[in-house]
Amino acid sequence: MIELKDVTFAYPNGYIANENLNLVINNGERVAIIGQNGAGKTTAVKLMNRLNKPTTGDVIVDGNNTKERTTAQISAYVGYVFQNPDEQIFNSTVAMEVEYMLKYRKLDQKDIDRRRDRAVELTGIQDYLKMNPLDVPYSLRKFITIAVVLAMETPYIILDEPTAGQDLQGLKTLSNMMDALQDEGRSVITITHDMEFVADHFTRVVAMANKQIIADDTADNIFWNAEVIKEARIKEPQIGEIAKELGLKGNIIHRRDLVDALSHQKKAFIRGGSNEKE
Amino acid sequence: MSYIELKQVSYQYPLASEWALNDVTYSFEKGKLYGIIGANRGGKTTLCNLVRGFIPHFYQGELMGQVLIEGKDIREWENHQLSTEIGYIFQNPFSQISGVKETVFEEIALGLENLGVDKDEMIERTIQVVKWLKLEDLIKKNPNNLSGGQRQRVAFASIIVMNHDILVIDEPTSQLDPSSTAEVFEIIHMLKEQKKTILLVEHKVELIAEYADEVLVFEKGQIASYGSPADILSRKDLMERGISIPSVALLGHEMREKNMAMDSIPITKSQALEQILKGGKNDD
Repeated sequence: MIELKDVTFAYPNGYIANENLNLVINNGERVAIIGQNGAGKTTAVKLMNRLNKPTTGDVIVDGNNTKERTTAQISAYVGYVFQNPDEQIFNSTVAMEVEYMLKYRKLDQKDIDRRRDRAVELTGIQDYLKMNPLDVPYSLRKFITIAVVLAMETPYIILDEPTAGQDLQGLKTLSNMMDALQDEGRSVITITHDMEFVADHFTRVVAMANKQIIADDTADNIFWNAEVIKEARIKEPQIGEIAKELGLKGNIIHRRDLVDALSHQKKAFIRGGSNEKE
Repeated sequence: MSYIELKQVSYQYPLASEWALNDVTYSFEKGKLYGIIGANRGGKTTLCNLVRGFIPHFYQGELMGQVLIEGKDIREWENHQLSTEIGYIFQNPFSQISGVKETVFEEIALGLENLGVDKDEMIERTIQVVKWLKLEDLIKKNPNNLSGGQRQRVAFASIIVMNHDILVIDEPTSQLDPSSTAEVFEIIHMLKEQKKTILLVEHKVELIAEYADEVLVFEKGQIASYGSPADILSRKDLMERGISIPSVALLGHEMREKNMAMDSIPITKSQALEQILKGGKNDD
């Protein structure tokens, strides 16, 4: 479990980037973090892997207070994939990039091979192992950096905007990967601006605005909460917008639910006759 | 006459084993907004690089066929001429900011400064764009201290100030939150109203459905389909080929499968609402 308790974070120049955060992430849980650029999302997740240390309050990772541990110690629990893959890549081939930390940790070769193969399979980068990572297109570079972190087999994985620039296949790879990780009991925390992706693949959503967590709820409740939408400057999926404009109830955000609601409405309409004949 | 014309164009990047573009023929007309979609590595960015002349002026590699800009072969254009004719907005706003200027105002004026435009004119044109894009609050800031959305607006400003007739825009919103995305599309909409010729690569097909005049689908280096947004973005088979269509189009298909009335497959939210309301009445 990762716990943020009354956490405030200020940069050395005094700028406060996170204020009074309280959050619990359980093992095997999948959580989306949403909110506009500059809301404090990346700063908040960097508190979880101790790249940021709380100015006040505590961050507890599986019983370890991050104030009392080193970043290296916490990295055994929490893997973080940077928003910009180029901040993370430095080896000359994709395979070397994925294996680098495993070798650094002096794991035996059999274990290295197993972990590399699994990470490569989950991220779909099999065909690029011999290439220089910087020659691989942006969307795939992101998957290389994800593979590096997956190979560490940490119980918690943070993905910072993995959906940026991904096509349909990339989004599918991501969702399959999150399913597989969750099946293994690992937690996935994802920052994203893709609201359709959030609606389709997450039940729990944390919305941030102005350095704070303003809502921690199910995806449908978040996307039907007008105040949260306004404050976090997010946009609900189009299906939700249509349901709202039609005055339908039930916090609909998925196509099948909208089709069902319209079909029920039609049946009720036909059964009851119409008073609206023109 | 076509404004930009590709005749049997194939291109291979240096050391690449596959052709990035493979026998592409297409004519772009003046004043239209072309939405360019397709799975990654389908040739979209290569098309952008080609039309702007980065291929063959910057990227070497093998280029076959002809690319004509206003009737003149891209090989015959000088790169500096192309830079005044065609604006390019990169996918990553971090690549667009020069890093050599200390204020947003100077950053926006940099292109004009490089061209040796008269100082008074330079300042006047920069002020105009700042007002137009409502960047007044940012002009004294350092371009490196801006948020992603702010950077992208500044990147647009630094291109718009050049007043190009042709704009190539490669995934301008991939790093942006929904409200910054909406702001960027407001800018694109304004450019469209000015009758600029725009080639826009974008994964968010909901936005292509709203704004494009024509849609081109790139697949494996070729134009797999092209046509009006209504014709292309309503096609469910694109999904099987790894290309998104708007969620309202999928909604339309699912409603049809359940025998609910739907005259045509909607591609925008307003079309979907109209169809749903009309369907209810038709059942009456």
